[in-house]
Amino acid sequence: MSTGPTSESSAKSGGLAAWWYRRGRFAASHLGLGLTAITMLVPFLWMVLASFKPLVEVEQLNPFPSVWHPENYIKVFQQIPFARYYFNSVFIAAWVTLLQCLTSAMAAYAFARLRWRWRDGVFRLYLATLMIPGVVTMIPNYTLMVKLHLLDSYLGLIVPASFSAFGTFLLRQFMLTIPPSLDEAAAMDGASPWSIFWNVIMPISRAGLVTLAIFTFLGTYGSFFWPLILIKSEYLRTLPIGMLYFDTIYGRQTNLIMAASVMNIIPLVILFVAAQKFIVRGIQLGAVKG
Amino acid sequence: MRTRRYELLAAIGFLLPNFAGFVVFTAGPVLFSLAVSFSNWNLQRTIPFQWIRLGNFIELMHDPNFWLYFVNTAYLMLGMPVAIAGSLFLAILLSQRLRGIVVYRTLFYLPTFTSGVALMILWKALYNPDFGPVNAAVNWAISTFHISDLVRALGGTGVTAPTWLLATKNVLGLDVEQVRMVRGQWGLGARDALIIMGVWIGIGGSNMLLYLAGLSNIPEELTEAAQLDGASNWNIFRHVTWPQLAPTTFFIIVMSFIGGLQGGFEQARVMTLGGPAGTTTTIAYYIYTKAFEEFQIGYASALSWILFSIIFVITIINWRIGHRELSY
Repeated sequence: MSTGPTSESSAKSGGLAAWWYRRGRFAASHLGLGLTAITMLVPFLWMVLASFKPLVEVEQLNPFPSVWHPENYIKVFQQIPFARYYFNSVFIAAWVTLLQCLTSAMAAYAFARLRWRWRDGVFRLYLATLMIPGVVTMIPNYTLMVKLHLLDSYLGLIVPASFSAFGTFLLRQFMLTIPPSLDEAAAMDGASPWSIFWNVIMPISRAGLVTLAIFTFLGTYGSFFWPLILIKSEYLRTLPIGMLYFDTIYGRQTNLIMAASVMNIIPLVILFVAAQKFIVRGIQLGAVKG
Repeated sequence: MRTRRYELLAAIGFLLPNFAGFVVFTAGPVLFSLAVSFSNWNLQRTIPFQWIRLGNFIELMHDPNFWLYFVNTAYLMLGMPVAIAGSLFLAILLSQRLRGIVVYRTLFYLPTFTSGVALMILWKALYNPDFGPVNAAVNWAISTFHISDLVRALGGTGVTAPTWLLATKNVLGLDVEQVRMVRGQWGLGARDALIIMGVWIGIGGSNMLLYLAGLSNIPEELTEAAQLDGASNWNIFRHVTWPQLAPTTFFIIVMSFIGGLQGGFEQARVMTLGGPAGTTTTIAYYIYTKAFEEFQIGYASALSWILFSIIFVITIINWRIGHRELSY
């Protein structure tokens, strides 16, 4: 996928000097990339190593623990309801992802595949709100949750996050690339708009849906501001909020905090390695079309 | 054949769930927030509700904290050009036909992908002046290269490692309580620590991926022709690659401004609580404290609209400049 601007043909034509030049350039490139990669990795390595240390050794310069203490990870579960935080984060993120993909796909279908009056006007209204900082709507939404008695509840965390102008925009861009002849043919056969949406458009938009699902899941899993102001009870805390209070209250136990951080990050690393293709393409698509 | 009326009804049906959510949680709140910004609404009801017209905005203009926090927000954006240039540089290195591209790309993207509270807690420990590895490395460098002696020889007063998140110093020498520069504030402090962390998180992230996509879209004939003409690498970059990447750069700059102006909340809440002495409080964090710690909903809404206006104006300016640069 990374076919760069360096040209193969001109490189082949050179003699020995050109061969050495190319060799040197590749070595220099690998050196630059390698140093950057190490810079990226070192903080993570320090985190993993510190999570296996006894507390006294965290403050020592030697990055390696003298004795490895995997039980630090068990201690985290004993000190705070970490499993509960995990469950809350995944449960909420899963619901938000499901609902957001569904509502966004339906709206995107209306914007991309159906012809109706006011369509472009309504779509422009959606686009206009993308520029508004989240904090503008955050305050009224908080007072709305107070009025609806949804403070400190799963519903309050899930429902407001289940509608996304950005998701609608992303999937609309995806659906615009599908040739119109497909739905026309299905309509000729007497298929209803719902059946065209569900059986024709949705399967073709799978890549877009997966991309949106990954980003929504990630965003919700890591979301901080909204759960921070909404949640009061300990059993409803998500991972980021639980981590924050763990750090505030047990901040001295750096080894346990690092163990919790490692456990927080591991699902993300797995997700990234598994879905890298979609993530890379999704970022590039979201911008190019934007 | 379907009638237009039929298609309109279908569209309404498909749009309804999303549109309802859009009205209740986005469009409605935007209008509500604008209205509330002209009131003194306080959730704790210590003072009776009143419409105070432009009262909040006038108070805001005279609020010395607002200006300090605006400067903080702008200061934290100083890392932006470094991060963008770094992303471009890495993308150029990655765009060559090297082995291990996917491995590099994965490692570079890791901080962006895992960013959040956990990474900020990690960086708080890294910056710890007593046992953090950052200062371990700095102290090692100071003693190994005799930097203190060097500085003394040049007329300075010796060097100690910065206390990072605990220091109000900064590379511009900005004062703590007033918007001005003073010599005593010159150094490295909390804001610089956050900038460094931000560059580390962002340099191999989405911007690098955007540049990679941009680079792969440059027609090979262009660079080949330049090479045949004997152009140097720098000239190829300057006259072929850079202009071809202009739309990508433009998009990245616009998005960075939008993100930067409303940023800084999470790191302030997790790492510094806006301190020391308010030096890492950005506008976003100020709005949070006003709204959700002091419950001054009216004032916080006014603040959020000022933030929105600033973002709007700067985005328009960016577009103007961008279009002039892109169209010649």
